[in-house]
Amino acid sequence: MLAVNFLLLGAVLFCIGVYGVLVRRNAVMVLMSIELILNAVNINLVAFSVMNGNLDGQVFALYVIAIAAAEVGVGLAMVLMIYRNRKSIALDELSEMKG
Amino acid sequence: MFAFLVAQASDWITPVIDWHAVAPELVLVAGINIVLLIDLNISDAKKWVLATLTGFVMLGALLPVVTLAVIGDDSRSLFDGRYVIDEYALILKAFFLLVAYVVILMSQTELEEGGYYQGEFYVLMLCSVLGMVMMSSARDLISIFVALELLSIPAYMLAAWRKRDVKSNEAGVKYYLLGVFASGVMLYGMSFLFGATNSTLLTDIGAALTDGDLNGLEVVGVVFVICGFAFKISAVPFHTWAPDTYEGAPTPVTAFLSVASKAAGFVALVSIIFLAFPNASDVYEPLIWTLAALTMTVGNVLALRQTNIVRMLAYSSVSQGGFILMPLAFAGNSNAGGSALNAVVVYLLVYGFMNLGAFAIVIAVSRKTRSGEISSFGGLFGYAPGLAVAMTVFFASLAGIPPLGGWFAKFNAFRAVLQAETNPAYVLAAIAAVNTVVSAAYYMRVLRSVWMDDAPDGDTSPVVTPAPIVAALGITVIGTLVVGVYPNAITRFAELKDLTGAIVP
Repeated sequence: MLAVNFLLLGAVLFCIGVYGVLVRRNAVMVLMSIELILNAVNINLVAFSVMNGNLDGQVFALYVIAIAAAEVGVGLAMVLMIYRNRKSIALDELSEMKG
Repeated sequence: MFAFLVAQASDWITPVIDWHAVAPELVLVAGINIVLLIDLNISDAKKWVLATLTGFVMLGALLPVVTLAVIGDDSRSLFDGRYVIDEYALILKAFFLLVAYVVILMSQTELEEGGYYQGEFYVLMLCSVLGMVMMSSARDLISIFVALELLSIPAYMLAAWRKRDVKSNEAGVKYYLLGVFASGVMLYGMSFLFGATNSTLLTDIGAALTDGDLNGLEVVGVVFVICGFAFKISAVPFHTWAPDTYEGAPTPVTAFLSVASKAAGFVALVSIIFLAFPNASDVYEPLIWTLAALTMTVGNVLALRQTNIVRMLAYSSVSQGGFILMPLAFAGNSNAGGSALNAVVVYLLVYGFMNLGAFAIVIAVSRKTRSGEISSFGGLFGYAPGLAVAMTVFFASLAGIPPLGGWFAKFNAFRAVLQAETNPAYVLAAIAAVNTVVSAAYYMRVLRSVWMDDAPDGDTSPVVTPAPIVAALGITVIGTLVVGVYPNAITRFAELKDLTGAIVP
């Protein structure tokens, strides 16, 4: 069945995304990795939707796309805010608080 | 493909909408627009109007919740059971609205004196509360996801509300990145659940999953969904954002996050476990058992060495989360299932009152001392006896000393766990008992400082507490005391039968 290929693609994208979130130190790169995770979810949902003949999955994917856009809007605004205050968007330099 | 779409479209029936049932949400939506429009058209000197108005919107939304509760004990179901208003949903809606009202009382003076943006703050707070109110009724993966994002996205912005302060920026960014990552993980799990069960409705998923016969997709789905929510409720090892976010965010926002946002995560987890995973207890029971044991232990150990009161309360709220999570580990046990639901809901309600109260005290005292150190509370009883007594009530309640609310909540949680009568249950109860004693150590350390020590800089001028904070303290003290003395006031609202469709195998 073709759906397996889509699921594999989704799993690979998800793993790349998780790797990026854990390893990358640039805030914008982390945001892009999170987008990869969400797109892995979309591919899964659409593949399952076609496989099961159930439209719910595609509707779910539309919601994910819309909400991901809102999330990235807020995320980029925050990255801009820390850039203005610190002239850097390296996440490992964000360590004002410890313990 | 097109013929397939047309075939589905011909079945379309306009859904019947029960307007009374969605009235609380509609009041909030109307309130968001009204506050936003008024904010655009008034001068800065009159912004205090917005706080009052937002408070009235919360109380206005509470009104239909009360009428719904009084009218009937039957549950109202909308959109094919995807949005259900039952007693479980009503008590939690009332809780979220009341918590938000208290937080607005607490934030009013802070916002005015701190020179923050005010109108936008209240609008975002209302949006977040709308998400929480929706979450208590959501019975479908899609509506749970939409409600979760609706409550989280405004909360990310609220955490970073001090735009020029690097600590607040850091708080917002950490909360945002981990929150979004967690929802990604949760969604990935949800996509597997949808694929394996061919439905997004929680009760359908529950019917399709069968214990002992779960395939790989289903196991991954269950684990990822629970891990996604574990971030939201700051369960160890997914708690790393919590202390930094709580310390950096403005204190009223911290109170809101540690009570309302955490409670919303628990509400979603409870709905999912009781409706969608009742037959997947082989997978979620060990997972939640481990999360609960780690959360209460690690939270307590780290709270012991804190010197900043907000950071201490942050770790204390992590460890309280472990106690709330504890009964859920036995949700699938036929003896303990019903009591587990009751214990979680009751603990959430009590925890809301006592933790909000503790933060209200911190706000009131730090207006004078301008410090977040625990030592700055020394001698509080000498110059502010009222605040010292209220603080004693909240901290003793958090430690679980009778006859306060926190004691009853802990008792209820222990009872639910022991009813399971299995070895893991006894072990978890023993771990929790040790943790209760350890947690008393750091709560009592603060109280000893309040009652025994002298004021650190000899400044014993009285604390001026603004009227809204006094009101917030009044509500939370009464809540904490009443539940401890007369627990029936809330326990009867959280029975298993109140959650429509919940089954315990």
